[in-house]
Amino acid sequence: MRIRPLLVVALFLFSAGAPLGGAGQTAPQAHPGEYTPADIAYGSRLYDAQCTTCHGANGDGVGGVDLRSGKFRNAVTDQDLVRVITTGIQGTGMQAFKFDASETAGIIAYLRNMNSFDRGSVKAGDARRGQTIVETKGGCAACHRIGAEGSRVAPDLSDVGAARSAGSLLRSLTDPTSQMMPINRPVRAVTRDGKVINGRRLNEDTYTVQLLDDQEKLVSLVKADLREYTIQSVSPMPSFQNKLTADELADVVAYLLSLKGR
Amino acid sequence: MIMKPFKAALTLLVVIAATCGAHAQVGSDRLVNAAKEARNWLIYSGGYFSNRHSSLTQITPANAKNLELKWMYQAAVAGAWQTTPLVVDGVMYLTQRPNDVVALDAKTGRVFWIYRHTLDPTQIVCCGANNRGLAILGDTLYMGTLDAHLVAIDSRTGRALWNTKVAESKGGYSVTHAPLVVKDKVIVGVGGGEYGIRGFIAAFDARSGREVWRFYTIPAPNEPGGDSWKACPPKTADSFCDPEAWKHGGGSVWVTGSYDPGLNLTYWGVGNAGPDWNNEQRPGDNLYTDSVVALDADTGRLKWHYQFTPHDRYDYDSVQVPVLADITWRGAPLKAMVWANRNGNFYVLDRETGKFLVGKPFVKVNWMDTFDERGRPNQTPQPAGQPTWPGNQGGTNWYSPSYSPHTGLFYVSAWEGYATIFGGTAVEYQEGRNFGGGVNRSYVPVPGAPATPGIRRGPINNWTEAAATGAVLALDAGTGELKWKFPMTDVTDSGILTTASDVLFTGGREGYFQALDARTGSLLWKASLGAQIVSGPITYEVDGKQYVTAISGLSLCVFGLRE
Repeated sequence: MRIRPLLVVALFLFSAGAPLGGAGQTAPQAHPGEYTPADIAYGSRLYDAQCTTCHGANGDGVGGVDLRSGKFRNAVTDQDLVRVITTGIQGTGMQAFKFDASETAGIIAYLRNMNSFDRGSVKAGDARRGQTIVETKGGCAACHRIGAEGSRVAPDLSDVGAARSAGSLLRSLTDPTSQMMPINRPVRAVTRDGKVINGRRLNEDTYTVQLLDDQEKLVSLVKADLREYTIQSVSPMPSFQNKLTADELADVVAYLLSLKGR
Repeated sequence: MIMKPFKAALTLLVVIAATCGAHAQVGSDRLVNAAKEARNWLIYSGGYFSNRHSSLTQITPANAKNLELKWMYQAAVAGAWQTTPLVVDGVMYLTQRPNDVVALDAKTGRVFWIYRHTLDPTQIVCCGANNRGLAILGDTLYMGTLDAHLVAIDSRTGRALWNTKVAESKGGYSVTHAPLVVKDKVIVGVGGGEYGIRGFIAAFDARSGREVWRFYTIPAPNEPGGDSWKACPPKTADSFCDPEAWKHGGGSVWVTGSYDPGLNLTYWGVGNAGPDWNNEQRPGDNLYTDSVVALDADTGRLKWHYQFTPHDRYDYDSVQVPVLADITWRGAPLKAMVWANRNGNFYVLDRETGKFLVGKPFVKVNWMDTFDERGRPNQTPQPAGQPTWPGNQGGTNWYSPSYSPHTGLFYVSAWEGYATIFGGTAVEYQEGRNFGGGVNRSYVPVPGAPATPGIRRGPINNWTEAAATGAVLALDAGTGELKWKFPMTDVTDSGILTTASDVLFTGGREGYFQALDARTGSLLWKASLGAQIVSGPITYEVDGKQYVTAISGLSLCVFGLRE
């Protein structure tokens, strides 16, 4: 299949290594503005699947507990909520749940916004449609790898859905540089004999740098042997803000969220 | 310089398109010829013949005194670090506890990526979070896990490609050895001989992780060898015999096997019978425990077997590395298998047929005295309360030996003068519970003395020569005749590496990393690394310089010649 040049360039910023914002680092203050619609929407779907049996669709299924009130008996901060959800409350029906970082971020975002969230306002993305966009129109495989398919020059996305929150994924698509993990910054090195090496940084210390070069080879360079060494702070990935519709972006985010690794 | 994003991405694409497929992969042809590709270390034991011998010659007996530390890598988790690294075109891949994989620059030790496997909390292992290494095929690394999974990992990104459950970890199954890749299959065996497992060796499709064949090391009653698990004798008041002992018969596999591409046979050492020590509750020879099995690499069908210790009562696992050597034997060429067994005997077998050719003790042995013409030992169990040589840990154990085609010698780490007073007790199988059935005591020369030595200890050798000593033994590969001996005060769990320049590298519990003259056994050089060395050294070359590795405690130390 031919891919249009503009769309061939692809996501160059996701890292499944460490969560950025949201996941596991949720802000301590209950402030609705801090939760993205994508996280809230993702959380609402998780809530429907995991929580309604006891808490009910409206959050008032357990006597004396009203999740929509924004006040919780055993939690004040988002960290408190994460602890209650992941460890449960002994002696009550509240069991421990095993959520990954992006799921936890979604649930918290939804709990903080249950009262005001309008399900009709955010269209839930369709993961299957998102996969099609990623594999065709998006041209993501030109730089990213998912499972055994695609290039390795940009971060592998196989488990990005376990590490990145929905909001972070959406921002990655619309404003890639804002979400690029510093370790993933592209580097350009020129050796003393003039050989140019471009790649994605994997590790760096005072004397050496390790990268995956644009031929997908692991390369370790001694800085003293380099004539030039540049770290680029702008992601080479283009924004998909105007290339995909809002619905398509939601579909891609839904697909990426489904990538939980093996 | 900052490139405009669009331009940078397009440049990237052009480069990708131009270089696609240029990266050299580790195909099965490279694995067949791994031993000839001296700058790399592509298979756990260096090549399919498992000689742990390198044709690199930069480090020699004359210049070994100029070895110096080039770099170190420190692991984060304490415990016996038993791994053997792989080196592929300048990149080193190794496992660290419990089931991490690390990719680092083989020249500087700086890390590219780390893969961390999340273990099932129900996993049980007898002897610590051990993992002994990886296999590679194409761009994919393969690791067995403590919770009995097999994981395929992208060698350039460190991401898992597939993750297959090999066996039920809560039943005591685990995979601790480096897998063996043969053609398009990844072969592993299961550990758990102290938990009443029914052992097996299985092959998985390298691309999909689908199981292709499985060979049970404990045959069912209707299978060949099944009659070696005999019916129980009439019950008496104080006897306990399990009529279905085979179901928990052990036969674990926890050290990597070998492969002969010419014969298309893969060879694996099989562990102890279960329960380890109470032999009375499992009458019969208990095949294929304490045996070597030769399997068709495509189908897993048994071609032949040889049982080193029939009806074992001493925990004499035969999980040593099967060393394959083409030697001259009594004037004729022989495709041999040479084997120093935990039971204290050195063996030469015909690896095409399994025929027994030589059996000869390399340490003190009193559990048997003679072999019949088919290699069956005449067992001489010692009276109750009397010591048996070798003791429970054996005359040697899983420590990698080396065979040098240059010297024709087979080198093994040995425990000398080491005995155990064995005793069995009835034990009923319960899933996930220890199934040893033993009341053993270490043999100590001062009865009633305090602090009976354990086999694991700190930097003080409280065993002393009174309990055991260690040695590197150099044996004639065709006869088992001792050519030289390098004695150590403490016992050794280290593997051995030899090179074509006749240098031998080994470690030991004392924490010394030593270079010996492979022809004479004389000490050429040593470094005190401060903690036990319990894995096998390897050697490799990057940018024309030869390196040699030693893992001591938490430290991977890499040495090269002073410039």
